[in-house]
Amino acid sequence: MTFSALWTAFYTILTREIRRFTRIWPQTLLPPAVTMTLYFIIFGSLIGSRIGEMGGFDYMQFIVPGLIMMAVITNSYSNVVSSFFSMKFQRSIEELLVSPVPNWAILAGYVAGGMARGLSIGVIVTLLSLAFTQLSIHNLAMVVVTVFLTSALFSLGGFINAMLATKFDDISIVPTFVLTPLTYLGGVFYSIDMLPGFWQGVSMANPILYMVNGFRYGILGVSDVNPFVSLGMIAVFIVLLAAVALHLLSRGKGIRH
Amino acid sequence: MTYALEIEGLLKNYGDGFQALKGIDLRVAEGDFFALLGPNGAGKSTTLGIVSSLVNKTAGKVRVFGHDMDTDLSRAKLSLGVVPQEFNFNQFEKAFDVVTTQAGYYGIPLRQAKASAEKYLKKLGLWDKRDTPARMLSGGMKRRLMIARALVHEPKLLILDEPTAGVDIELRRSMWQFLEDINRQGTTIILTTHYLEEAEALCRNIAIIDRGEIIRNTSKRDLLQQLSVETFLLDTENTLAGPPDLPGFEVKLDDDGALEVEVSKGTSLNALFIELEKQGIRVLSMRTKANRLEELFVRMVEENAKQAHKVVEVSS
Ligand SMILES: Nc1ncnc2c1ncn2[C@@H]1O[C@H](COP(=O)(O)OP(=O)(O)OP(=O)(O)O)[C@@H](O)[C@H]1O
Ligand SMILES: [Mg+2]
Repeated sequence: MTFSALWTAFYTILTREIRRFTRIWPQTLLPPAVTMTLYFIIFGSLIGSRIGEMGGFDYMQFIVPGLIMMAVITNSYSNVVSSFFSMKFQRSIEELLVSPVPNWAILAGYVAGGMARGLSIGVIVTLLSLAFTQLSIHNLAMVVVTVFLTSALFSLGGFINAMLATKFDDISIVPTFVLTPLTYLGGVFYSIDMLPGFWQGVSMANPILYMVNGFRYGILGVSDVNPFVSLGMIAVFIVLLAAVALHLLSRGKGIRH
Repeated sequence: MTYALEIEGLLKNYGDGFQALKGIDLRVAEGDFFALLGPNGAGKSTTLGIVSSLVNKTAGKVRVFGHDMDTDLSRAKLSLGVVPQEFNFNQFEKAFDVVTTQAGYYGIPLRQAKASAEKYLKKLGLWDKRDTPARMLSGGMKRRLMIARALVHEPKLLILDEPTAGVDIELRRSMWQFLEDINRQGTTIILTTHYLEEAEALCRNIAIIDRGEIIRNTSKRDLLQQLSVETFLLDTENTLAGPPDLPGFEVKLDDDGALEVEVSKGTSLNALFIELEKQGIRVLSMRTKANRLEELFVRMVEENAKQAHKVVEVSS
């Protein structure tokens, strides 16, 4: 395919993804807005006022970057996993398989779709948070790069999950048993300074910790880890997962007999 | 001669070890209207699935308009339009979006994609339904939607796996007309069907596949000439007690009281009627027992089954 044909194909996948999540907005855009508002009210306003300062900021300000990141992570992931799995399930993935779109462009289209959803939610949650607190941005470039890469990474994760899934249960196992615990333990609600030494060490093995802290650094200028190490790690994971996803696609795992 | 499709030594073992294709060879000339016939489970969809990149082959070569699928896949795919046996569009998308999205996958820019989608939805009588989600279309409309989708990038080879299954008679005729038109305009067509009259009406060349092997591949004309006997059913005015003795013809009386007469090729039907007249049997109506191709097909598959059976007996 020529470059412009490839671009058209990529763009078609992306717009179809956007059409999908906006068509079913009560399932995709509304729930995170509601959940995050509850977090802001309960943890930020009600409980947060009793907690006092964390990392030199009031508690509400401290958790906002983490909560934005949490929303971006779960939504990027779940957009791709549900959309791609349901394509597999309805067999409409065959529309792509018969066409000349190369695998990497299929992957890029889905990842871009997941990012579109994750980042839209990121913007929605950020706007909502402004009703509860004030945000000033310490380093805009850091904020943008971290959130884009994180969203891409979890879109890739969702894609791999969907490739491997054979039934509907399989698409909720990872979000429930891996993603949610890692996010909660990834420094969204606390600084790992508060943990005993051993658990600090354990936390350092949690990749999500680096993303949350990288993002928090961009907004607040404080972080438990070096933000550039965060970026490097995210980049390495992206390369790794993209390679796995492309390998699965070229073998046609679960989509071609 | 350019071949729209060339298949050599195509072999398919499914994951469970089942051998669905045992090394088949097949050639379809450019411009042909070709039927791939065979009983359920013969390997038709598997063959077409491999050609459409929906099934991985185990061994063999496939070329579409000379483009080898192993080395020149993208060009092979651009020349190919596929209508699969089972519905496979996104159930929640509108008919119009299903078709334009498919065009996008082929790299056709949106404006052109929309124009092409409009053209084919209109041709297939679906323009009124363009804003209806695919799942709310009737079965016949869904089939036509798949045809419109397969044509949106104007492929040179159109593959249809049972396109008229579940389509009413009137619509089937209009679909035949449509397929004949696009064939006349230069699109090569390969279809599978269980309606043998469909193959007889439309196709020029025919391959019969059974148990993963091509048992016959020839022109329709040759195939029909091979039919040595044709069976006619005669409804008579008089109720007959038993089959009459008609010298030179094989006669049976079927359950409904109709006469079943086997006529060898080359025998004049006049002789049959003269004999009936002599015996005072008045014929009210006459029809062929089965469509000609169907008769031949049933014989061939039965014959193949017998041979397959023999091999098993010998080898076990
Ligand atoms: N995914 C699969 N896994 C294992 N075996 C399969 C698979 N798909 C098809 N088969 C087997 O391969 C054989 C050929 O199937 P295929 O679908 O090609 O038949 P067909 O000629 O299209 O039949 P029909 O007229 O019923 O559509 C069958 O025995 C079928 O059970
Ligand atoms: Mg079939």
